[in-house]
Amino acid sequence: MKKDVLKSFVFILLLTIFASLVAIPASSPISFEVFGKKIETVIGSPFKNLELKKGLDIQGGTQVVLEADMSQIAQEDKQDAINSATDIILKRVDLYGVAEPKVRSLVSDQNYRIVVELAGIKDTNEALALVGQTAELSFFLIKQPKTDDTNATVSANTGYDFQPTELSGKSLKKASAQFDPQTGEPVVALDFNDEGRQIFAEITTNNTGDSLAIILDGQMVMAPQIKTPIVDGKAVITGGFNIEQAQQLSIQLNAGALPVPIKVLEQRTVDATLGADSVQKSVFAGLVGIFLVAVFMILYYGFKGFLAVIALVLYAIFTLAIYKLLGITLTLPGIAGMILSIGMAVDANILIFERMKEELRLEKPFEVALELCFGRAWDSIKDANLATIITALILINPLDFRFLNSGGMVRGFGVTLLIGVLLSLFTGVLVSRTLMRMFLKGSK
Amino acid sequence: MINFMKYRYLFFAVSCFFLGFGFYFIFNHGLSRSIDFVGGSLMKIQIKNTDTNSELVANELKKVYEVSEIKKIDNEIYEVTGENLTNEEKEVALNMLKQVYSDTSLLSFDAVGPAISQELAKKTLTALALVAAIITFYVAKQFKDLKFGVAAILAMLHDSLILLGAFSFFGFYFGVKIDILFVTAMLTTLSFSVHDTIVVFDRIRELKRKNAGKELADIINLAISETLTRSLNNSLTIIFMLTALVLLGGDTIKWFAVALLVGAVTGTYSSTFTAVPLLLLFDDLAKKFKK
Repeated sequence: MKKDVLKSFVFILLLTIFASLVAIPASSPISFEVFGKKIETVIGSPFKNLELKKGLDIQGGTQVVLEADMSQIAQEDKQDAINSATDIILKRVDLYGVAEPKVRSLVSDQNYRIVVELAGIKDTNEALALVGQTAELSFFLIKQPKTDDTNATVSANTGYDFQPTELSGKSLKKASAQFDPQTGEPVVALDFNDEGRQIFAEITTNNTGDSLAIILDGQMVMAPQIKTPIVDGKAVITGGFNIEQAQQLSIQLNAGALPVPIKVLEQRTVDATLGADSVQKSVFAGLVGIFLVAVFMILYYGFKGFLAVIALVLYAIFTLAIYKLLGITLTLPGIAGMILSIGMAVDANILIFERMKEELRLEKPFEVALELCFGRAWDSIKDANLATIITALILINPLDFRFLNSGGMVRGFGVTLLIGVLLSLFTGVLVSRTLMRMFLKGSK
Repeated sequence: MINFMKYRYLFFAVSCFFLGFGFYFIFNHGLSRSIDFVGGSLMKIQIKNTDTNSELVANELKKVYEVSEIKKIDNEIYEVTGENLTNEEKEVALNMLKQVYSDTSLLSFDAVGPAISQELAKKTLTALALVAAIITFYVAKQFKDLKFGVAAILAMLHDSLILLGAFSFFGFYFGVKIDILFVTAMLTTLSFSVHDTIVVFDRIRELKRKNAGKELADIINLAISETLTRSLNNSLTIIFMLTALVLLGGDTIKWFAVALLVGAVTGTYSSTFTAVPLLLLFDDLAKKFKK
């Protein structure tokens, strides 16, 4: 018996050392004074690539829910369309330079949605404009060239003879934002691929004197006259852009056109300063709470309470380590869930202590009481926590049931609650049992 | 040993008082729901200008879009609720405000379309129903007695209604809104409530086995006196954590923490003083029927 206790004690000790190494930040400078001598050193986690992931509400950023308009798409092609739209949006935000963008599709019943999470960007407007536009590029020949109305929409009523061409955004090799060497105006330079170059050369050779309208999402951007055949596959769009617009358009063209039009259903933007402030406050609140719980436990249960507090501290370290290892994104409700679960984690200890008092009151020998109380308390602990686990699972919705909420803040809270409960079963029962077996003597 | 069950009608009266209080507010003032459930936009704007107030800011914004509510939540921070806005419309509103107050910055912006909000309302109701159903089924199965399941679910219902009532009250006096986080807190309350209830029920079951001939009322009294310390101590630790979060945790999750706190308190109360007396009541009724 004694040997087993020692074994689990060593196991817990090793686990704690490992968890602490994971949990501490990648590098944290420490300076302290010993006998008047100042010592400065930097300790850091050896697992440097493990970082605590911060949610949008903490590090600032934007979450948008977009809805794809599938009215023009055949039923069997809808899934493909949403997948390729998701890919294209991801490509766009990647090209824009968002670190770790998250883009995922969300299909339920007849709703085809895309959730885009852009963390830590300054200009959400620019990013949103980038995501939201279909960016369908097409070229039309205008047989009777006389227009400078750049805003005319393509329709049969305009009176001009628009002829579609095979040239489109798909024929592009690359688009880039440049400045016109003569006017200094921002322009978008198009570089066609081999096929596109051939088509472009054919069109410009056969239709010299006519105009070629460049149309973006049904809006005519410009319609320059074809003066000479262009065979090098290069063209320039001068649409009166500013430099941001030119950059945006070139990103959109490079990523490709969206197969379906989309619109914004929901948008949530948080400024980084607000998030940082909230985190600081809730972490401070958590520490104050832990301190109060510790004082209470020690005052009420004495040395046993002290052991429970140690188990609680281990619990906090394990929690952080697990968050890092599983790559869990920390949100504000998530932090609240964590703080709440710390309060709940001592429950197992309290159940065991109270049970032990009872057994001792029945004048059972100390050793027997100690072992009995674990077994008896375990039944209640198990039953009671199962309810919380069920609730947490419904909040998390791990199977992405369509009739339940998925993702966002609710899931964040659910995840931390679930981890909290499971972990508290481990620390509350195994860790405190080992500690009590090691350090509690009958005389107490 | 204290004869807790002697006071069971007092416990019911306390519950009824709070339930009645909640119902009064719900029926008279309703629940004010956030844009999560009704759609619309919510901006947090920081204006570093001491000469202004909510009304002046609202008047400026009303020129551009429909503002339904404005609240000063902090020294320089205003929370503006209004109709659903696109990103461009938001920029227009903000730029106009900047012309009047040069030092204006947007802290957060939420816009929820009507499709999303309706869907969310449906989904949260489903989640609530699902949690309640699974827990009843689980408790009934675990204790092989429907009386336990029904008593546990009524205690849960009691807690949810009191929590709703409390937020109708907070909504009326402090402008607090029911949002998605509130529902999350409510679901957690359900599990809190049943968590404690199961511990007491567990003890009743155990004592019933040991003292086969005894009256249920006596067994219940014994079970309560044996579990009450644990129940109170455990709730105290949770209350410590949540109170710290309410007072120090910052504005964003303050009311979420309040909801959890109310849930923790009523959950603790209802386990011992609602679920258990109900169990006894059901038992009495069952006996009378047999006669």
